Amino acid sequence: MTITVDLSPPEAAAPKIGGPLVEVAGLTRRFTLPSHFLARSKPVLHALNGVDLTINRGEAFCVVGESGCGKTTLGRIIMGLLTPSGGKISFDGTQINKLSESKRKPFRARMQMVFQNPYASLNPRRTVIETLAEPVRALCPEMTAEQRRNRVQTVMAATGCDPAWLPRLPHEFSGGQRQRIAIARALVTEPDFVVADEPVSALDVSIQAQILNLMTELRRVRGLTYLFITHDLGVVRHFGDRVAVMYLGQVMELAPVAEIFARPRHPYTQLLLDSIPQISGGTFDKPRPPSEPPNPLRKPTGCPFAPRCSHATPQCRAERPQLLPAGDAHVACHAVEGGRID
Amino acid sequence: MSALLEVQGLEVGFPGPRGKPRLALRGVDLTLGRGERLGIVGESGAGKSMLGFAILNLLPPPGLVVGGAIRFDGANLLRLRGRAMRAIRGKRISMIFQDPMATLNPVMTVGAQMVETLAAHERIGARAARKRAIDMLAAVQVPNPDKRFDAYPHQLSGGLRQRAVIAIALLTEPEIVIADEPTTALDVTIQAEIMALLLRLCRERQVGLILITHDLGVVAEVTERLMILYAGRVVEAGPTRALIDRPRHPYSAGLLAALPARANPGEALHQIPGSMPGVGDLPEGCAFRPRCERAYARCYIEVPDLGPDETDPVRNHACYLPLKDGP
Repeated sequence: MTITVDLSPPEAAAPKIGGPLVEVAGLTRRFTLPSHFLARSKPVLHALNGVDLTINRGEAFCVVGESGCGKTTLGRIIMGLLTPSGGKISFDGTQINKLSESKRKPFRARMQMVFQNPYASLNPRRTVIETLAEPVRALCPEMTAEQRRNRVQTVMAATGCDPAWLPRLPHEFSGGQRQRIAIARALVTEPDFVVADEPVSALDVSIQAQILNLMTELRRVRGLTYLFITHDLGVVRHFGDRVAVMYLGQVMELAPVAEIFARPRHPYTQLLLDSIPQISGGTFDKPRPPSEPPNPLRKPTGCPFAPRCSHATPQCRAERPQLLPAGDAHVACHAVEGGRID
Repeated sequence: MSALLEVQGLEVGFPGPRGKPRLALRGVDLTLGRGERLGIVGESGAGKSMLGFAILNLLPPPGLVVGGAIRFDGANLLRLRGRAMRAIRGKRISMIFQDPMATLNPVMTVGAQMVETLAAHERIGARAARKRAIDMLAAVQVPNPDKRFDAYPHQLSGGLRQRAVIAIALLTEPEIVIADEPTTALDVTIQAEIMALLLRLCRERQVGLILITHDLGVVAEVTERLMILYAGRVVEAGPTRALIDRPRHPYSAGLLAALPARANPGEALHQIPGSMPGVGDLPEGCAFRPRCERAYARCYIEVPDLGPDETDPVRNHACYLPLKDGP
């Protein structure tokens, strides 16, 4: 059986971007790790180190970075799955990170999440109908059983899930079908905002295209706002409106997607773009000496990218650069700030 | 130029219901010349890893080669057992796997693993082995190779670990390296470092490379020839550039068109409907037919063989209605 989603022409696909929906200010998160049995103090991992972001209504905001850059932690903190060590998170004008669980609940219905691995994110013992009805039961208690059923059916249709799937268990589905079910589960409470953490990374290319098209279509029809977390710049270029490039818990560059690809300013952004294998070839022909891997345990003094950066000066190692406007972008780099990189 | 490695009609089977084997690979042909770089691309479950394992007689049980031949430099690898196989595997054909932490022994130093590899294949003294190993670590640009020789795998970063794995693979001066998703577990900047290194070393040392991956960008960068696998069969094979620029098989064309990097921002991606069938439930006729918009009556009945392209005989495809050049 094949499922097709109606894909409207591109001119209809330009969603309206409104005012701020999610605001994150000075967000930090530290994890204390278990210590070596001989060590005096426990090592501290700085997963997020002062992140400021504003995500506008109707926007597809991407966060891109390599493993350990804090992108997943950021998504989880915004969703309330982790508590921040410092800073604040506002949703639709209300600060939500200090709310009690009962006050937070209405916001949980409005913010939902899609995870990377649909093999792990669906409960293997629950049928599709149980998986989809559960969030409605928990977060929209005013709805009757009849309304719940209608809601589930509407969302199933919108996400290209066959109604015949309802009584079946996750193991009966392929990866792409499972991710559709996971997206349906996220949409069943009719959220305004969806955090998608690497939603297509575990999928094969042909399935990845199906899911990305579905997410684009849902955004157009439902006016969804996305925080799209990924390591794949090809996906960012296709899917995003704005993108934040993160490195070791900090935003290095924040810009409209077209601008990042046309004119990457931060040396790290340039390195990322320069590392993408190209269908046209040429990326791997340059010799590349081994780079010093990012160490999330290092004390956050100076610019986190300085150890790998060819433009680094003593100032970069001592003083942390601020995210400042540069053309249409915001860049945290002393060399850009000082005009050494244009 | 005669082929160094030649696979003909390879069939790999797993036990299925009622004693009938389920074929994970069906009639796969492959040739690799000396120093040639070949890419094998397919989605998960297409059988691409099975092909690599089968060549080295490393199929995970209960997988078995049930048909075909694998010839390496005149010898039929399917007939070789024990000592004769070990004289080739790890010596003349070596392998690089996806996860360096799973490849390296965590309780042995990198150096000890390198010396062990050399001692298994050559008569070599301890001092000479150590020198060869350190030279090899230097060749893969591991900083401070004489210090890293004594490091345990966990003391190295992911990128350095994969460099060490490449060093071990190249240590015995193999003629062919089979690399199965060698950079899938790595970040994109480290992937670029590792692939640039592997490409350079293969070129300099005239090592043949079989690169197994799902990433069309990586094969486009590294390989000269390309094979696309679908549901256990080769659906298209040919020079990498020609295949990518002008795919013949609708599946290859669909895969290339589905890449987000190639689409215009904001436009819908080309999508291939449905998903690849498992080896146990292949449809009648062409396995791609249920997802193919070009399928016609014949595709429902017969399985197309891999045959030469009408316009370009160095290319092969398995399709009754292939795409043509031009728009």
